[in-house]
Amino acid sequence: MKILRYQLQSVRRSRAVAVYGILLLALTHALLHFGGGGARAMLSLLNVVLVFVPMVSLVFGTVYLYGAREFIELLLAQPLTRRSLFLGVWGGLTLPLVVAFALGTSLPFLWNGGFGDGAGAALAFLLTAGALLTGACTACAVWISTRFDDRARGLGVALACWAFVAIAWDGIILLLIATMGERSLQLPLFLLPLANPVDAARVALVLSLDAPALMGYTGALMQRAAGVQGGIALAMLALLLWVAVPLLVALRRFERKDF
Amino acid sequence: MSIPVPGPAIKITGLSKRFGRLDVFRDMSLTLAPARVTALIGPNAAGKSTLLKCLLGLCRPDAGTIRIGPDIAGQGDEYRRRIGYMPQMLRFPEHLTGREVVEMLKGLREPGAPVDTGLFDQLQLARELDKPVRTLSGGTRQKLNAALAFLFESRLLILDEPTAGLDPVAAGILKEKVQASRRAGVTVIITSHVIAELEEMTEDVVLLLDGGVRFHGPLAEVRRRTGEHRLERAIAQLMLGVRGAA
Repeated sequence: MKILRYQLQSVRRSRAVAVYGILLLALTHALLHFGGGGARAMLSLLNVVLVFVPMVSLVFGTVYLYGAREFIELLLAQPLTRRSLFLGVWGGLTLPLVVAFALGTSLPFLWNGGFGDGAGAALAFLLTAGALLTGACTACAVWISTRFDDRARGLGVALACWAFVAIAWDGIILLLIATMGERSLQLPLFLLPLANPVDAARVALVLSLDAPALMGYTGALMQRAAGVQGGIALAMLALLLWVAVPLLVALRRFERKDF
Repeated sequence: MSIPVPGPAIKITGLSKRFGRLDVFRDMSLTLAPARVTALIGPNAAGKSTLLKCLLGLCRPDAGTIRIGPDIAGQGDEYRRRIGYMPQMLRFPEHLTGREVVEMLKGLREPGAPVDTGLFDQLQLARELDKPVRTLSGGTRQKLNAALAFLFESRLLILDEPTAGLDPVAAGILKEKVQASRRAGVTVIITSHVIAELEEMTEDVVLLLDGGVRFHGPLAEVRRRTGEHRLERAIAQLMLGVRGAA
């Protein structure tokens, strides 16, 4: 807890987190202003968030953790369990990012009065999914920084992870479907988004917004297999697992690591 | 200023540690008497820092045990309450001030634990404590690092290259502090590359080489055995001699 408090202080004062919040703020404002209507702006915002949030969480998280490494060693030499230090470090990294994200995306809605037409509910969904996505990515960042001692390599892995989940994923799915043709429709392909936190977040959001045009292949499959409500629940569950599993794996590694 | 309880003895038995294909320690045993100042020396990559990290539980040995007084290193986290650690070149969280770092470390101990802020005064850190750590010079950060190690009146001090990066005045103050700790019965373990300054601080020398302890004894013994009067040469002789014999 004490670790969390000081980590929070340290990360909160970091300029990068402030810039992140302000960028999101500017983007959301611009989309609301020029994107025409709350619901349509929401869809554009969604696409931005799904690319931007994982990138900042992964890359900033990894850079920050490598920078904090020596201090983490000093803290490990204090009377303190590794588990509580781990949770303090992860929480201290994640919370400011979540707060920056939440403020950056919701404030413009507030002053543009865009809460009508169910935009409020949609925003709540966006914030939840974004927060979970942030948590998942920072958990991965903690894992990366404990797994790879070499900073440059760790950063490379973080970027590769981001490129994979946020950019290459759609292409891989299309390729899979193209090569397997008709047969692919019988396979439980609707479970695929669950293997990627970004895709899971997208499916959850798109289903909740009822915007089939943006659904993409996996979203459509998911809707067909599980229905709208079921699809949302499944995707949210997947996101939760994407926070918990990397976190547990990273914790195990952190507890056994030689510093 | 401190309670006259002698510092803990340290008993290492059968310590082995590998990093990949590199054997850092092979079945290494070593006993350090309580309330003495011991210098760990050895060529680069001989395992000096690794041994310190094993003492602190930062590094898990593959085999063997390390007893620090009644405690076993690496078991639980309570025993670290009694250790002051000064790592080699510490980097602080950039956005905290020195005072916040001090408060943070205090917060990890029980409230009202005795603290010794002497080094903060002697190293004139008071003025620097309210600035964000990132704005401090490397030397000032190292002073802060040193002052933090002595903050809790620990009965065991582990200092990894303590004078590296310090100006001569600050290094002198630190050496005096080590001597004062010795007089107060604290067990101190130091690594250093500057052989000459060991003479001012230490009583015993442990030479680590090729995965084990190749020499352990008082400084005077190093001189007697090598017939060299200058310590630097005597130790070089010891390293080479042992290499040749091995």
